[in-house]
Amino acid sequence: MEEFGFKISKSTRIDLDSACQSLYNQIASKVPDIRTCINCGSCSASCTAATFRRTSFRGAILHINRGFDKKAVEFLKSCMLCGKCFLVCPRGIDTRNIILEIIRSEEG
Amino acid sequence: MNKNVLVLGAGVAGLQAALSLKELGYRVTILEKSSSAGGHLKDWDKLYPGNISSSGLIDNLISALDGTDILYNTTVTRSEKSDNGFITEISSGEKIDSGAIVIASGFSLFDARIKEEYGYGIYRRVITNADLEALFRSKEIHKMEMPAKVGFVHCVGSRDEKVCNRHCSKICCMTAVKQACEIKEIWPHADVYCFYMDLRMFGRGYEDLYYEAQSKFGVNFIRGRVSEAGEDKDGKVVVKAEDTLTSRPLKITLDLLVLMSGMVRNTDNKTISDVFGIPTGEDGFFFQPSPLINPTSSDSSGIYFAGSATGPKTVAESINEARAAALAVHKFLSKD
Repeated sequence: MEEFGFKISKSTRIDLDSACQSLYNQIASKVPDIRTCINCGSCSASCTAATFRRTSFRGAILHINRGFDKKAVEFLKSCMLCGKCFLVCPRGIDTRNIILEIIRSEEG
Repeated sequence: MNKNVLVLGAGVAGLQAALSLKELGYRVTILEKSSSAGGHLKDWDKLYPGNISSSGLIDNLISALDGTDILYNTTVTRSEKSDNGFITEISSGEKIDSGAIVIASGFSLFDARIKEEYGYGIYRRVITNADLEALFRSKEIHKMEMPAKVGFVHCVGSRDEKVCNRHCSKICCMTAVKQACEIKEIWPHADVYCFYMDLRMFGRGYEDLYYEAQSKFGVNFIRGRVSEAGEDKDGKVVVKAEDTLTSRPLKITLDLLVLMSGMVRNTDNKTISDVFGIPTGEDGFFFQPSPLINPTSSDSSGIYFAGSATGPKTVAESINEARAAALAVHKFLSKD
């Protein structure tokens, strides 16, 4: 049966007081480049996979920084590790190793 | 030829203009409305790039100016053109004869209390960039308990039509990132957040500072203008903003919130404009008829500008402009 009436929606607000940045810090200890992203979007604009499926390196590391680790993995599910994002990144961020770290974190 | 030049303001631009004129052989009188020289720089601690001592810079200028008249607690009341330049009456009633005038009246720091939603003057843990710099300068900061989280709000009173300031104050991005790094140097374990709209790291070495803030100090940058600050029951500051990169509202509780007050027109510009008959722009800074080619010229012959009287400028720009103004005065006074 169809449900009627009101229900409470989950807040979409980012609460940085309780956000867990442990994965972000863990990756930063191995690949410090992650801290130098300027969110320009070159990586996602040039992403081959993003043409067909929602893929964004920028989105992934931003979400990890805000404590949404699961969401970050979703952003990289279709990544084929082609390396275009590394070629275009103006800060020269080692995207490949960061992507691998994020994927490993889910497996581990 | 009248070898006297009147300089308005004993900030970095006024002092440098006076020094360059002195070196060119002119007799300079500086008028300063406050009781000491140095302008905003005398309250600042260190300047970037180079971590130069702000008061040291001023002290050097003042000692090089030895013998030059600096009239403190003095303002202009009237000025008229004479055959030989200008006769300017000052607040003491004295009349000063000069061949040219350099206006180096500088800027006023935006009064952060006007942005009431940020709680400056209401909440104890909300301070301004100038307050923080004063804490660095007096070393009082080292007596403070380590704040776990510190936030910086960029563009306070800048790029904000609600407070009638459409302009970018230019230096606050730099200052915020510099101060964020200084906080991390004092307290490496504090988390620092910068709330910005755009980061305008426009000059040589500035982008490097941004890079260093991220890579060496781990400063967090959140793109979104803080909408409001409140106080929780423990007296901490609760800040709300939109994280515009994830398109979500964001909340964080901070131990210290630093507001980057911008540069606005000097509150005395209206008086100076009336006394000398030189117009100001809509933003209250002095009008430059030729900002690109002759930035130091006013539309009145014999009156020149130096420094942030004509808009927000860095210290380096103010110094260069002061030298340019001195040369413009020299050219003007040497022509007959």
